[in-house]
Amino acid sequence: MIAALFLIPSLAGLTAFFIRSDTTRRTLLMTTAIGHTILTTAAWWVKEEVHAEAWLALDALGLLFLSITSLLFLVTAVYCLGYLGREPRGSHHDIEEGFLISNAPEAVFTGCLLVFLGMMSLVCVSAHFGLIWVAVEATTLASAPLIYFHRHHRSLEATWKYLLICSVGIALALLGNFFLAVAAATPDGSTMPLVVQNLMGHGDSLHGAWLRAAFVFLIVGYGTKMGLAPLHTWLPDAHSESPSVVSALLSGALLNCAFLSILRAQQVLSAAGCAAFGQDLLLLLGLVSIAVAAVFIVGQADYKRMLAYSSVEHVGILALGVGLGGAGAFGAMLHAVNHSLTKAMLFLVAGNILAVYGTKSSGDVRGVLRVLPVSGLLWVTGFLAITGSPPFGIFLSEFTVLKAALDQGRPGVAALYLALLAVIFVGMASVFLKMAQGEASGPFKRKETTESWSSTLPPVTLALVVLMLGVHVPAWLSQLLHQAAQALGGS
Amino acid sequence: MAAWTDLLLILIALTNLAMTGLSSLGTCIRVMAIQGVMLGFVTIGVRHDAVSAHILILVVGVIVIKGLVFPRLLLRGVREANVRREVEPFIGFTMSLLIGTLGLPAAIWLGSRLPAIDPTVSPLVVPVAFHAILIGLFLIVSRKKAVTQVLGYLGLENGIYIFGIALVKEATILIDLGVLLDIFVAVFVMGIAIFHISREFDHIDTDRLSTLKE
Repeated sequence: MIAALFLIPSLAGLTAFFIRSDTTRRTLLMTTAIGHTILTTAAWWVKEEVHAEAWLALDALGLLFLSITSLLFLVTAVYCLGYLGREPRGSHHDIEEGFLISNAPEAVFTGCLLVFLGMMSLVCVSAHFGLIWVAVEATTLASAPLIYFHRHHRSLEATWKYLLICSVGIALALLGNFFLAVAAATPDGSTMPLVVQNLMGHGDSLHGAWLRAAFVFLIVGYGTKMGLAPLHTWLPDAHSESPSVVSALLSGALLNCAFLSILRAQQVLSAAGCAAFGQDLLLLLGLVSIAVAAVFIVGQADYKRMLAYSSVEHVGILALGVGLGGAGAFGAMLHAVNHSLTKAMLFLVAGNILAVYGTKSSGDVRGVLRVLPVSGLLWVTGFLAITGSPPFGIFLSEFTVLKAALDQGRPGVAALYLALLAVIFVGMASVFLKMAQGEASGPFKRKETTESWSSTLPPVTLALVVLMLGVHVPAWLSQLLHQAAQALGGS
Repeated sequence: MAAWTDLLLILIALTNLAMTGLSSLGTCIRVMAIQGVMLGFVTIGVRHDAVSAHILILVVGVIVIKGLVFPRLLLRGVREANVRREVEPFIGFTMSLLIGTLGLPAAIWLGSRLPAIDPTVSPLVVPVAFHAILIGLFLIVSRKKAVTQVLGYLGLENGIYIFGIALVKEATILIDLGVLLDIFVAVFVMGIAIFHISREFDHIDTDRLSTLKE
């Protein structure tokens, strides 16, 4: 059953390339998304017994990230139906600069989207480091054509940067895997299988120095994909230039998958008794990411880029949480859920705003609340949620991370973290609130401003879930989060 | 056996140095082709105690792909896109060559930071591999043309490959992953991307791709 989680979307994706009818293809997209969610839900109950050396396994960590991915994909697939329906056929004017562009064929878009889902699922269910590497690599390949959906020079530039920077990262991660294989060599010269559980079981016999060297390369390699500063440079471009549905998936699901790959390495490191080494690195990169994000968020003129930098901030918080350990690991897991849902919702709303206003410059957008009442309301809600205002989920998870820092006697880290969050709050407030309020003005591209259900229902759903998570974390989710945190040596 | 392996390793380091100083795009591509062929033979030299059918397939694969296929595709790409024949660096050739040379002591230092490896492996392997990685990264950031960046990426990949054959004795599947998948990323996809770039803008300089800046 575990194999079905990545095989079904991948096969559906390959089929989609050859389907000519739009209706059939969109039905396939929707069916696969629903099917994937059903399979993932089933995985919560049906625990398969797996061999310790099996290459595919679904533990608490994998299940958590798989569930986030699956839910997000379902929601974005609904949004996609409306989005693809609205996209013009043939050549049309670029929404921002007005020159003629054409889109990539819809079959390529849908196909890549489904293969992308399949490969992200593979990252979640892989227990073998080589397989994880292949899957992360494949997510890069599958998502590059998605970023280049609108064929204009800006998206081409973003795709080029994305491919080049991420492929360098992935090459370095391969070097990390080589070092890991050396660390796992037994005295008689043979190498243990690079399966997470297996390596953890033999933690004592791993070669510590090689393991640390492996971790450095893995965190640099996968950290590039995850968007940890200073390796994040592809991220703002790719997120701001790709269609909003794709940005939502990149930010909400892909960054998590890269994070999971780093967590796998951290698990092995902990089992070998070098947990502190990995945690210190994560803590450092986490704080640097939040700081870099704060610098670029203040005064950011492009609202999609602002959301992208906000993703850098939040992956920083994830790394910080795991780096602190203890309750921080639980905070990070909860934060992964909250951030993914909130950020995906914000990107979808940004897509609605962009479609009507025709500009990504926040200075030119005024009165969203009047023009698009539902999207406007969601925009303000999303702002409050993403900056960690109560009663939304992110408040809870950011607070847990803060408390972990204080509990462990690291007031310096806590103070810096709080100060940076405050700066980001102010920076984002000045943009979001100005856009939402005031008289309607902007270089409107679309006259009719009725909001279709496919463009509002997905973000509304996500907003409600995030609100619910802030008020009450259900017992079943809390249990899974605790299990995931324990797997990372937290509580 | 060991003597000619060491000679090849030194030659690989020299080709990397040459990459930093050469100004003609065509020559650069050919130098990388020679490096690819040498890489194939180094595989036999480094793994001489256990030359299996698997290793031989790997060797042939490396020589054909890195020594023939990639250079051909890149040369054709350059010709068809009417790229100017010069490399166009951000950092001048003399300076680049100096940085490339300084890369050697840096690579030796990095190698000495790693724990000792299997004594049967030539002590040149680790410094040469690190040097290739450093030069590869340097070429990616210091050259304007997309083609040169791909060449830099190939150099980086070759360095990682040398590490792989020297360090990973058992799990050869890991090395195969590197060869098979990096090919896919580096040239297939980038080749397609280059194709689009050259089609739409009539040039393949990546510094013209600079709208998205803070």
